[in-house]
Parts: sequence; structure tokens; C-alpha cells
Amino acid sequence: MYPASFEYFAPTTLDEALEIIGRYDEGEAKVLAGGQSLIPLMKLRFASPRALVDINGVSELDTMTEAGGGLRIGALTRHKECERSELLHGRFGALGDAAPQISDPIVRNRGTVCGSLAHADPQGDWGSVMLAVGADVEARGPDGARTIPIEELFDGPFTTTLAPSEVVTAVTIRDPGAKSGGTYMKLERKVGDFATVGVAVHLSFDNGTVGRAGIGLTGVGPTNVKATAAEAALVGATLDDATIEEAARLAAEAAEPHDDVRGTVEYKRNVVRVFTERGLRKAAEGSTS
Amino acid sequence: MTEVIAPLEGAITRPITIDVNGTPRSAVVETRLLLVHFLRETLGMTGTHIGCDTTSCGACTVLLDGVPVKSCTVFAVQAEGHDVTTVEGLESADGLHPIQQAFHTEHGLQCGFCTPGMMLTSAALLRDNPNPTDKEIRWALSGNVCRCTGYQNIVKSVHAAAAILTGEVS
Repeated sequence: MYPASFEYFAPTTLDEALEIIGRYDEGEAKVLAGGQSLIPLMKLRFASPRALVDINGVSELDTMTEAGGGLRIGALTRHKECERSELLHGRFGALGDAAPQISDPIVRNRGTVCGSLAHADPQGDWGSVMLAVGADVEARGPDGARTIPIEELFDGPFTTTLAPSEVVTAVTIRDPGAKSGGTYMKLERKVGDFATVGVAVHLSFDNGTVGRAGIGLTGVGPTNVKATAAEAALVGATLDDATIEEAARLAAEAAEPHDDVRGTVEYKRNVVRVFTERGLRKAAEGSTS
Repeated sequence: MTEVIAPLEGAITRPITIDVNGTPRSAVVETRLLLVHFLRETLGMTGTHIGCDTTSCGACTVLLDGVPVKSCTVFAVQAEGHDVTTVEGLESADGLHPIQQAFHTEHGLQCGFCTPGMMLTSAALLRDNPNPTDKEIRWALSGNVCRCTGYQNIVKSVHAAAAILTGEVS
């Protein structure tokens, strides 16, 4: 399969990348990072940008650092780096558990966390993880930098609130608190397949009760779904069996799955319920003290 | 240098130089040319196979600066100035690479279509982890599909290659 023709640019600074994007009409220039979603789309001619701005040479974007109790993951951080990172355990366990479940090992060598968020596939895993743990997307455009809370990023399937002229520069994970933990559970038919269902869970504890709860769902809605009613049922509660079961029931209710080759609506809802239950128990067990 | 296919007139092109198996290879290519087509068609090196063409099967795996990538999902222009290793680059003046020897002796292939990708992914694995367990081998190779389902012998081959490379056997 051959993509349509395009102009190719390989800038070495972000300013240069933005300047090149600015030369084109809105949406005509696309940012190429890992390319593991964009290139397949171009080969299928679902996307035919006039220009590609390859940011792989923009070294300022290749960072993953601790920042203010949270983490800052730069736009060139690949899934593989997250899989191997010593930082993504304990309080950031949801990220560490998700990384090795993204696609397959060879795709993980190339694909990026921020690229996955910008692609906004409702079956993408990172969106649910970020909704659960709490994160903000940093973007730069012709008018400067801005921060988009992850709760406001996804606008629909493969659609975000990013402007076509904006480049995602990083995603920052908010400080989850001293005693917190999380996990990501994914059901897939085989390695490399999209999730039948995925559930990301994150809990922050405050004097023995739940201070903050985050639950993100994959593959069961037009975007990654934040299960807000389930989260609200957890906040302030002691994490006993009844609370866990009620939160899991509410998470399943928040899911809006479709019947497809991967399963029926009822089946997928049940997987959300079971994964939420298991995820909450695992998040509590794995939480840092 | 063999240049099998030249870009059409009026196409958007770019001159590139890629170090392929230790030799700099230069050509003027269309920006949309995929790395796998650069290897197979521009350079005439057909050791790298095209399987699914949809980033799924891993038959087209090559090493880009030592890292396994699916060459059907990287543009040739992106490899400009980088090192690419293909299956043709495994063999040296001393003969077959230990991984090739092991796939041969352990019958790690049936039809052979997935083999170049399997061997390159295995080479990167053994460089990073010289003594992998069965589970680690299966995990590392989970992005490479063998339609003959010859996985048992592929895993055996990787163990055998590890033994050669660590000097346990010659």
C-alpha cells in the first residue's frame, strides 16, 4: 500500500517545526512522531496530509522526568521506554502496567505516549490511563503554549480539542499523592490487537479512606470514558467489598459498548465490571505507603 | 549500485543516504517510499519480506540503529543518516551468524517467510538479554507472526543461539 505524496520535513527544534506547520493551511501538515498509527492511516489513504513534519530529531521532546511530585513525559517518549522505566511503579503503577500491554514489542519500540493521546483512538490504552491517574497535555501552537486537562482532550472518535496547528510537547502526570497506586487491565484477543475492553484504575488514599479515585475505560465508548459516578462512589469511602462492588457496577453502567467481532454489549459491560473490581483491589494492594 | 525503480517525474523526492549493513547507500527517493520498499525495490535486497503490510505480522522487521522496527511502517526518508540492519547483514566473513546457525540446526523455520524478522528481533533480544527464559523469548517475539505456527522450534532456536553467543557451545 502506498500513501499519497507529501512534503517531508525533519526539523531539529520545536520552533522550526511550528514554523513549517504555519506555512500550510490548517490541517494540511501533520506531525509525525512514532508513526505507528499515522503511517497505517496514510497507507489506507484515510489520511493524506500535504506535509509531514517529522519531530523525531527534536531532541528537546525526548524526556521523561519527575516533576513536582508528578511526571513529565515528553512527546518523543516511546512505549518501550515506559515499559522499562523505573519511575512507573507504585504511585504510577497504572502507567507501568499499561506500557507492556500496548500493541506488540516492535510497535512499542517506535510508538509514543503523546502520539497515542493525540490520535485519540477510543480503543487507545493511554487515554484511559491518563483519565484514571490525572494528567494534563502540554501543547505549543502559533500563539504559544497551553495546557489541556486530559478530561477536556477527547472530543470524539479520533478527534481532540487540539488545534490542527498545535503540537503536543508533553503529557504531565499530576502528583497522585504519597499513598496511591493503580493498574491497567486489558482484554485482547491476541498480542497487537486493540482492546476488547480495558480498564485503568487509580486510587489515592487519605487517612485510610479514598481521597481521589480515577477510572478510565477503553474500547467501550466513542472516546476513552471517565467513569465519574464510580469515582464519586469511592471518594471518602473505606475500600470494603460493598464499596468495590458498587463502584464496579457504576463503571459498567458508564460503558457504552457496541456489539462487534470482539464481543457483545453485555459481555463487554461484564468485563468492565470484573476488571474494575479486580483493578480496585490491585490498586489498593499496590499502593505506596 | 543497483537502482531498480526510479521515482516518476514530478514526484516529491529527497536524496537520502542510509547505512545498510555497514555500507552507505544513497538514492533519490519519493518521500512516501516506505523503508521496506527502499530495501527491496530501490536496493534490490529482497531478504526483508512484506507480509501483512499493516504493522501486524513483523515479517518486514529490520533493525534501525539496533532497534527492531516494522519497515512497512517507517518511511525511507526517516532512516536518512541512520543505520539499518537487514537479514543480509547477519552473515559475516566468518560465516552464518549464530542466530542463523541455530535456526538451521533447530529447524526454526518451515516456509521461511517470517524468518528474517524472527532472526532480527532475536538478535536484538540476545544483545540486550544474553540468557533469556522461554517466557522472555516468547514475549520478545510476540510481534512476529509465524503462519506455519513453528513457534516451538523458533524458541528452541533462540535458546540455541544464546548458547552459541555466550560461548556455552560452539
